[in-house]
Amino acid sequence: MPAERMLPTAESQDLLALARDIADNELAPIAAEHDAEERFPREVFRTLGRAGLLGLPYPEQYGGGAQPYEVYLQVLEELASRWASVAVGVSVHALACYPLATFGSEQQRERVLPDLLGGELLGAYALSEPQAGSDPAAMVTKATRTDVGYVLSGTKAWITHGGHADFYTTFARTSADRSRGISCFLVDAGMPGLSFAAPERKMGLTGSPTAMGHYDDVDVSTDRLLGAEGQGLHIALSALDNGRLGIAACAVGLAQGALDESVAYAKQRQTFGRAIIDHQGLGFLLADMAAAVESARATTLEAARRRDRGLPYGRQASIAKLVATDAAMKVTTDAVQVFGGYGYTRDYPVERCMRDAKVMQIFEGTNQIQRLVISRHLARS
Amino acid sequence: MNIVVLVKQVPDTWAEKKLDPSDSTVDRASVDAVMNEMDEYAVEEALKIKEAHGGEVTVLTMGPNRAVEMLRKALSMGVDKAVHLVDDALEGSCAIQSSYALAQAIGTLSYDLVLLSAESSDARMGVMPALLAERLGVPQLSDARKVDVDGSKVVIERMTDYGHDKVEASTPLVLGVVEKINEPRYPSFKGIMAAKKKPLTTLTAADAGIDTGRVGLATATSSVESFTAAPPRAAGQVVKDEGDGGVKLADFFAAQKLI
Repeated sequence: MPAERMLPTAESQDLLALARDIADNELAPIAAEHDAEERFPREVFRTLGRAGLLGLPYPEQYGGGAQPYEVYLQVLEELASRWASVAVGVSVHALACYPLATFGSEQQRERVLPDLLGGELLGAYALSEPQAGSDPAAMVTKATRTDVGYVLSGTKAWITHGGHADFYTTFARTSADRSRGISCFLVDAGMPGLSFAAPERKMGLTGSPTAMGHYDDVDVSTDRLLGAEGQGLHIALSALDNGRLGIAACAVGLAQGALDESVAYAKQRQTFGRAIIDHQGLGFLLADMAAAVESARATTLEAARRRDRGLPYGRQASIAKLVATDAAMKVTTDAVQVFGGYGYTRDYPVERCMRDAKVMQIFEGTNQIQRLVISRHLARS
Repeated sequence: MNIVVLVKQVPDTWAEKKLDPSDSTVDRASVDAVMNEMDEYAVEEALKIKEAHGGEVTVLTMGPNRAVEMLRKALSMGVDKAVHLVDDALEGSCAIQSSYALAQAIGTLSYDLVLLSAESSDARMGVMPALLAERLGVPQLSDARKVDVDGSKVVIERMTDYGHDKVEASTPLVLGVVEKINEPRYPSFKGIMAAKKKPLTTLTAADAGIDTGRVGLATATSSVESFTAAPPRAAGQVVKDEGDGGVKLADFFAAQKLI
């Protein structure tokens, strides 16, 4: 049974129908093969771009869809329910556009944003470094001022779409000040000095390339500085609140997809003369999975609605990310259990779902960092 | 070239379908309703003809209120306007009655081409193009897998068991297409937003000049007397290769008209 959604408008219903249609017809049929071959489906992102799904939460005047997060996140869910790698890619693209859309000057936005939101270009987000993941202020990549701009040098890690993206929203040090010495730049792929290591060999999300990026004296002109010099960490943290909602939605979708597969299998698989869904032990397992999916969705959409209304949502975004990704890990693990031995093979999709779920507890702030954020909010209140 | 495309909302092709035991009609409440899959190819072909030759594409359906969802999809794909023939009196109409009602509705529109798919995935009778051509008194080009428009002349490749026939006729005409003809586009979000501003007209039976005595379940020309569930699929046929496996396989496929 697919997710039952309450959507605010007729056009959001049509938008969700479109997302489901694309997920069923363009994502689901090729996911397993790309996953096995660790291949990035660049063409799928062009299809999503043409359909207008890569700029949904951004203003119409720059080519976005002007959709509330409540709707955008449910589109992500639908994509994730068929292929989490692609949904995570869409979320990362939106994250990469955020600093320009929110902190860029009017001139910068008008010149660059329509190309990024229109779907022809794919974005990436270069914040982490080998020794600066949970603690981004520990970064050492430098942006040294020149007459015409900046020269970037250093190494960025864990870049989703690294080596495949058309632009890299990059954070680098413009001064030694720990929190006020970081700035944000929009760096085009193909700039001399920018290169990428071979993709990481990951447990899951193998349809989404992750690579380390080397900035070897990359020239960036002044008009590619987003926001003020030194505003970078503030931009990064504000972007992360959005990103956490995106990942929470990907986790809900992944879990929903695993649940759908499990229910369909449990209705058709017979043991001891009846469908296994009619054995209480298995039925209760499925019930717990459904409860986890729906409570994770409710938590995520509640945070989204706060954002849409302009209310503070940092704590709620962290709670959503924590709850939804833990739910996805549990639900996908149980989905493998429902399928029994078959679930452990790559002939059924739940094995991939379980591998894809694990990293969601790690990236966009580990779930330990989410607890840190939540507890600090509690201490402040 | 003004085109009227006929579309039909059907129970999801891939869902398990049931008949309602009380009146032997399809139980539509239990499954998702979608645009008949082959109709998407008809809409796509109409849009392609419009893009190449200009004109206006109007999508027309006869169906209950919820058919509006499907009309919105056609509008979001790029169709210019939609007409919804909806009336309780039409419920349960057979193919012959439906062709009468649809012809009446088409009569309220101006058209060069009436474009529709060869069949719907629910009734699967495949008679509507012929019935409509007869009702409208225009030529019929059926089972088209390729269409070329040159002024008022329309040339098609009509799919047959042995290949194709080349057939032509002049507008106005009825054009029936098969799914080999194109690859339907996805709507875009921009299309979805634009669809909200496009005209969607509702016609009652009276608006279309339909005599309600000639439509509906009570006077339908065919009815379902009884039905039974389809038997489980029979075991497949095993072809044993004794040096002539290839020939046997080819014979089997030929008998199924697959080659």
